[in-house]
Amino acid sequence: MSDETPMDIDYVANLARIELSDEEKSTYQKQLGDVLKYFDKLQQLDVEKVEPTAHAFPRHNVWDKDEPRTGLPVKEALKNAPQSRQDQVVVPKVIEE
Amino acid sequence: MSNNSPIFKTATELSQDLQGGTVTSVDITQAMIDRIDAVDEQVHAFLHIDKEDALDQAKASDDRRAKGESLSPLDGVPVGMKDVIAVKDQPLTAASKILENYRSPYDATVVRKLKDAGAVVAGRLNLDEFAMGSSTENSAYGPTRNPWNLECVPGGSSGGSSAAVAAREVPLTLGSDTGGSIRQPASLCGVVGMKPTYGMVSRYGLAAFASSLDQIGPFSTTVEDAALLLEIISGHDSLDSTSYPTEVPNYSAELKNSSEPKVLGLPKEFFGPGMDDEVRASIDQVIEYYRSIGYQTKEVSLPTTDLSIPVYYVIATAEASSNLARYDGIRYTSRSERAENAIDVYAKSRGEGFGAEVKRRCILGAYALSSGYYDAYYLRAQKARTLIRQDFEKVFAEVDAILTPTSPTPAFKFGEKSEDPISMYLSDVYTISTNLAGLPGISVPCGLSSSGLPIGMQLIGKAFDESNLLQIANAYDREHLHGRQVPNL
Amino acid sequence: MEYEAVIGLEVHVQLDTNSKMFTRVGTGFGQPPNSLTDPVVLGLPGALPVMNEEAIEKSIKVGLLLDCKIAEVCKWDRKNYFYPDMPKNYQISQYDQPICEGGQVEIEMPGENPSKMGPHRMVELTRIHLEEDVGKLTHYEQDSLVDYNRAGCPLLEIVSEPDMHSPDEVFAYLTSLRNSLVAAGISACDMEKGQLRCDANISVRPRGETKLGTKVELKNLNTISGVRNGVEYEIRRQIRAIEEGTPIIQETRRWNPDQKYTTPMRTKEMAHDYRYFPDPDLMPVKIDQTWIDRVRTGLPEKPFDKQRRYQKDMNLPYSITSALCGDHLLCAYFEEASEMAKSAGKVANWVVNDLLRELSQANKVDEFAEEETEKITPQSCAVSPQMLAELVNLIEDGKLTNNVAKELFPEMFATGKSATELAKEKGLDQQSDDSEIEGICKEAIANDPDAAEKFRGGKEGAINALKGAVMKATRGQANPKVVDDILRRLLS
Ligand SMILES: [Mg+2]
Ligand SMILES: [Zn+2]
Repeated sequence: MSDETPMDIDYVANLARIELSDEEKSTYQKQLGDVLKYFDKLQQLDVEKVEPTAHAFPRHNVWDKDEPRTGLPVKEALKNAPQSRQDQVVVPKVIEE
Repeated sequence: MSNNSPIFKTATELSQDLQGGTVTSVDITQAMIDRIDAVDEQVHAFLHIDKEDALDQAKASDDRRAKGESLSPLDGVPVGMKDVIAVKDQPLTAASKILENYRSPYDATVVRKLKDAGAVVAGRLNLDEFAMGSSTENSAYGPTRNPWNLECVPGGSSGGSSAAVAAREVPLTLGSDTGGSIRQPASLCGVVGMKPTYGMVSRYGLAAFASSLDQIGPFSTTVEDAALLLEIISGHDSLDSTSYPTEVPNYSAELKNSSEPKVLGLPKEFFGPGMDDEVRASIDQVIEYYRSIGYQTKEVSLPTTDLSIPVYYVIATAEASSNLARYDGIRYTSRSERAENAIDVYAKSRGEGFGAEVKRRCILGAYALSSGYYDAYYLRAQKARTLIRQDFEKVFAEVDAILTPTSPTPAFKFGEKSEDPISMYLSDVYTISTNLAGLPGISVPCGLSSSGLPIGMQLIGKAFDESNLLQIANAYDREHLHGRQVPNL
Repeated sequence: MEYEAVIGLEVHVQLDTNSKMFTRVGTGFGQPPNSLTDPVVLGLPGALPVMNEEAIEKSIKVGLLLDCKIAEVCKWDRKNYFYPDMPKNYQISQYDQPICEGGQVEIEMPGENPSKMGPHRMVELTRIHLEEDVGKLTHYEQDSLVDYNRAGCPLLEIVSEPDMHSPDEVFAYLTSLRNSLVAAGISACDMEKGQLRCDANISVRPRGETKLGTKVELKNLNTISGVRNGVEYEIRRQIRAIEEGTPIIQETRRWNPDQKYTTPMRTKEMAHDYRYFPDPDLMPVKIDQTWIDRVRTGLPEKPFDKQRRYQKDMNLPYSITSALCGDHLLCAYFEEASEMAKSAGKVANWVVNDLLRELSQANKVDEFAEEETEKITPQSCAVSPQMLAELVNLIEDGKLTNNVAKELFPEMFATGKSATELAKEKGLDQQSDDSEIEGICKEAIANDPDAAEKFRGGKEGAINALKGAVMKATRGQANPKVVDDILRRLLS
């Protein structure tokens, strides 16, 4: 799989929202290509009839009753924010819409 | 420093001394602070220590004890935290630049349990950034050094937690283990480290790396101490939906019961090429010892062993790519000053804030989940994970525990593997499948190499059978106590 | 050429729960910014989700209400994308195993005139899934502010098939859906408060064509009329484009309610690679038959079923039932009052005309009000169902004329006093005294022997002259039925 389709590093870095320098791009491209080649073992495996494991010890219906508890005071909620105003988190202008 | 100093004692001994009134928690905590001042410049196990807060907790413990209101055997005993476990009002950096200025507004469940038990929760311990690594070289705040040889890595990712115990800076610490991150550094630093069964210890308050694999566990110098700490932090937590509702046995009391000799499985796939000769010799001595006390050993097979590394890296990086998306420069992480719009904030803050290994894994994980690749990577890995679990189930029908080395080699030198991800990933080969199967595993020191580096053995137990696993580990440890050897610093 | 529009809707409904979907901090509208957060809502390092049982039960209820197939097992997936209103940069949602599949919503199209019932049909649903809401962004000149109070609230996404063909059908669908959900106590569905939000997928094709045209996703439809106008505009835009030979691009467009047109939204490239995968922090939900049966027993009657019952069993006219059945509180009020009253039909009239009028006047929004005031409902208003039943019975018994009752009702609504009380206070109840009216009737007969003679001779209409005289003498305050009875007795 990795042979035919090398990872499109720009596409994936954008999906992951991580800015990479050109140098990082070429290093990662090579390193991750090797890793993917190593993963080829997985591709050869016959798993047709195998159920996937999502949890080591699966259970069902792990929930709480709908009874509210106190949350964080506004000050605590915002104390780590890089920028805040009017008790809200400030972000640079969202230009998508 | 006198050999009678609290820093050379086990937590169990300190507990007895506190009860006997021969030492106070303030004495212990002060000795710990002095030791950190003396050696941590060399070891760099600690990222942060709030000395005043530690001494305040110690004082409160002494006050309780004076009134006869002691909360548990660990009341007054210091416990250090890997810097991914949330402690209210303390930093939590995950050894990342991106969390440089963050302070947690809440306690992790394990921390709440320790505080309820009166322990002195003190110190933030170094790690590979976001627990990604096997050497603690990937810390944004500089590596931790192995107390046995400062030119060698302490292992990772919980290298600060293992080195701090080995250097006698603190008697007990907590780490987290996703693919060996407690057991491997314990082995490389010559201390005891245990990963409990998945679901035995709450993950609430542990900054997630790979949610389906992560587990918090103890570091100590003896198995007895590990049992003491484990019984306090274990148990069902309604804040963690993957926490398992099961009774927590009194592990330390059960250790004292003499246990019947058991059957140990030796997986042939683990004893192949790649294992260092001295490690092999050391494990052979352990096998001999167990036989000498009546244990049986049995060759068993885990045929999926060679799949465990690809399966692990697909699952762990996929989950990590999503878990680490929250570190974005918006609500609580550092924001890039170059960001001009909201999209910039993400890519630039993350590009600047994450180190190389974190970026590499987030990208690999995003790729494994991306459109067109999910079935080939993530889904396949989840299916292969089922095969790995089934392998262990078959073996555990025949044996009580599996015995292996913890790491194929003793501690390696700085830089030796850091440029080659695959060789670094291979250093986890013995520990990774335990996480994939969700099973408990413990690393117990079993000697030193000719160059004076610790070697560890790993015992893997049945699910939720920590009690047995600890008894088997203790059967060796109480007679050898390699973890009580102190490195020269 | 004739064109046909094909429309599918994605409706997001906020479930009315006390705590959030995956953590137990409280929910609520209009709270101070960021006062409803905790480590889970903010996605702090180490925080973990725990399901809200009530949100799941409410989702099952919606599924049963809309005749969906309820999943035996449903699970949670992470939908990964970055946006400042989403704390974890993934949304916990349901991808390939939603809680409900299939289902339908009954709609009614407008009839020939408001007093005629229009045609009914079923709009097919694709699926319903449960997820968590995001925070709220407010845009300013230089930057944007984020309030996470709404983040993590349980949100139900109801996805229809591309099964609607006009803005009227879309309107009918949303109205019907909202009525059902409000009646079942699922959500207040107030679009202004964001409790119900709607995106529309719209395409256009030549009539008779079976292949779907290129679809456009329309967003920012924030009011019911906005949905109607936005959809209408977008259909016209697409038809015009086809006729002009401009290709329609598959894109997301935004409805601008003030300028009344749609504009393309600048969406991030590759926005649709959401990298869904099962959330390792959460266990699946198993729903057994016992649970489904229990929820089923708590289901309310569907609004259209209720309307049919009123028309068939109570003989109420369509115009009355259509006014009643859009509002479950009004229906509940009506049913309670009509059980105590001698005429259900009369009660229905009073509810639909007088009660509704008083309620809407009382709830008129004061634009300058500092705070939002609690809306007065039929249940919380001063006229209880008993009081209305009493009023209707007084009229039926001839103790109060209709005209007097009409005068009294606003006062009852304003003061909470009963009709008897008010009539006594005003001395209006005297006229109901039969003996007094009998005297007036006798006088009327004496004054107009001609009319009396004609009536006795079989000319039915002649009684009206006598009635008119009595009413005039009582200044319209006598009960016409009582007057009629007395006159007939005296003339027989
Ligand atoms: Mg949608
Ligand atoms: Zn949605």
